[in-house]
Amino acid sequence: MTMIVVWTVEGTWRACVDAARVHAPSAEEVELLHVSDVSGPARGAFAGLLGRGHPEHDPGARLADLAATSAEELLAAAAARLARPCTQTTRTGRPEREVVAAAEHASLLILARDGDQTRLGPKSLGHATRFIVDHAPCPVLLVWPMPAPDLTTLPHHHPHH
Amino acid sequence: VNVSFVVAAALLVLVLGCAVARPWGLPEVVFAAPAAAVVVLTGAITLDDAVDEVTQLAPVIGFLGAILVLAQLCDDEGLFHACGVWLSLATRGRPRRLLGGVFVTAAVTTAVLSLDATVVLLTPVVFATATRVGARPKPHVYACTHLSNSASLLLPVSNLTNLLAFAASGVGFTMFAGLMAAPWLVAIAAEYVVFRWFFAADLPRATEAPPADEHRELPLFALVTVVTTLAGFVLTAAVGIEPAWAALAGAVALAVHALVRRRTTVKGIGGALGLPFLVFVLALGVVVRAVVDNGLGTALGNVIPDGAGLFALLATAAVAAVLANMINNLPAVLVLLPLVAQAGPGPVLAVLLGVNLGPNLTYAGSLATLLWRRVVHAHDHEVNLGEFTRLGLVTVPVGLVLAVVALWGGLHVIGG
Repeated sequence: MTMIVVWTVEGTWRACVDAARVHAPSAEEVELLHVSDVSGPARGAFAGLLGRGHPEHDPGARLADLAATSAEELLAAAAARLARPCTQTTRTGRPEREVVAAAEHASLLILARDGDQTRLGPKSLGHATRFIVDHAPCPVLLVWPMPAPDLTTLPHHHPHH
Repeated sequence: VNVSFVVAAALLVLVLGCAVARPWGLPEVVFAAPAAAVVVLTGAITLDDAVDEVTQLAPVIGFLGAILVLAQLCDDEGLFHACGVWLSLATRGRPRRLLGGVFVTAAVTTAVLSLDATVVLLTPVVFATATRVGARPKPHVYACTHLSNSASLLLPVSNLTNLLAFAASGVGFTMFAGLMAAPWLVAIAAEYVVFRWFFAADLPRATEAPPADEHRELPLFALVTVVTTLAGFVLTAAVGIEPAWAALAGAVALAVHALVRRRTTVKGIGGALGLPFLVFVLALGVVVRAVVDNGLGTALGNVIPDGAGLFALLATAAVAAVLANMINNLPAVLVLLPLVAQAGPGPVLAVLLGVNLGPNLTYAGSLATLLWRRVVHAHDHEVNLGEFTRLGLVTVPVGLVLAVVALWGGLHVIGG
């Protein structure tokens, strides 16, 4: 069975869910995916405080809990906006790797541009999105999180004579 | 080969290794205290010298304990939660502005309540705030971890390394802050510029602002106590009393207030004090003293340049940064302080710039490999060493050079 994977990210997930509403055939299953990747630096910072003991003070653990809660809330809001049956998946790790892995058996991956949204061009893709678009093992639907910039933002074109 | 040196150095490696690897989950002090006893019993350090070291460190440890309690009680009073609410109200829907707010909050928290407060108490609040306002949390969490080091330059209370140097340097509280203000600002500004560039893709101009009703409540008592304590540092220093007493007064005032209102317990305050940690620092100090006195001091004395010229300060800070990355900044500052303490405030403060800014270079800045193994082992695929190191490779050299130049300028303007 195939399914459509929608990668939801803070700030841009609504555009992806809206794209799924428009482009996902009703027969296909939709999976809403969220990836957390922030407890690493917090754990590292605490580990660098030599001699503090008390592993229960490690903010990484608190961050992991908070991340799990906020991911659930984000996915619940996304599911409500999608307004059709779907599965909700959370992963932790480097987002670009996790999303590519999650899309392994997908019939479509929907994600939003995460770079400069003021002009058309390659800078509208940040590092993670660039990696996923380059490495996705399935078709990709890449959406603008906000209305796309107009064509005047294109680089100047010099036609050959 | 000097046998005492070998014994002391081996014990130091053992103490640091156990502090990082934490075999059987035991507190660090379990290994450090016996190691300190062994360096005394084997004669690697005389009992008089060990007592002298403990006597020097004890007031510093007391000061640190008071600050740790003060920070935890501020959290119990809801001060950090209020910071989160303020941040989300001021910056909703604008991730770049949120980053600016996080920089201000983390810089002030670190400077006033020490880096422990930023790492342990502020970071989770910042994460929750970022996700609540629809921003990607990563740049903001990284900002907390970086600023816990680079914003810890300003006051003696900002970092344990500062307290140790403050005690050794003979510089007054106000003079310390005056000389470190410019390096502090420069280091933070350098971090901010690099962060805006490094995390550009994670900081869109605007996101859809979520509707959110925040419950505004100002923990006035905690805020007034902290501000009064700060004023107390300056006042006590001006009349020649140890500023540690101001910290103690602030902690006691908050403790009584919180106990009466049942916001904390005596056990909670005891936990915040972190007695095992304080004893660990004392024991580490004794072991390091033995290593330094038995030959390391002479060896490192050849590496550290004399004088307070710009290049001498740069070289001193660089040596301190490298050492902080090799053996963690706490033992690094214990090793280096006796070597520069006679040379005046310039070299002492240059050491601080190195040991405080340096840890952002390698992951958690200390015993990198061992530590890295522990973190990776515990959380298999959550950590991104490459990203952390790339960020540090940009911020640390830039911040360190600019901060040393600022210190050098300050020494010329204010005098030292």
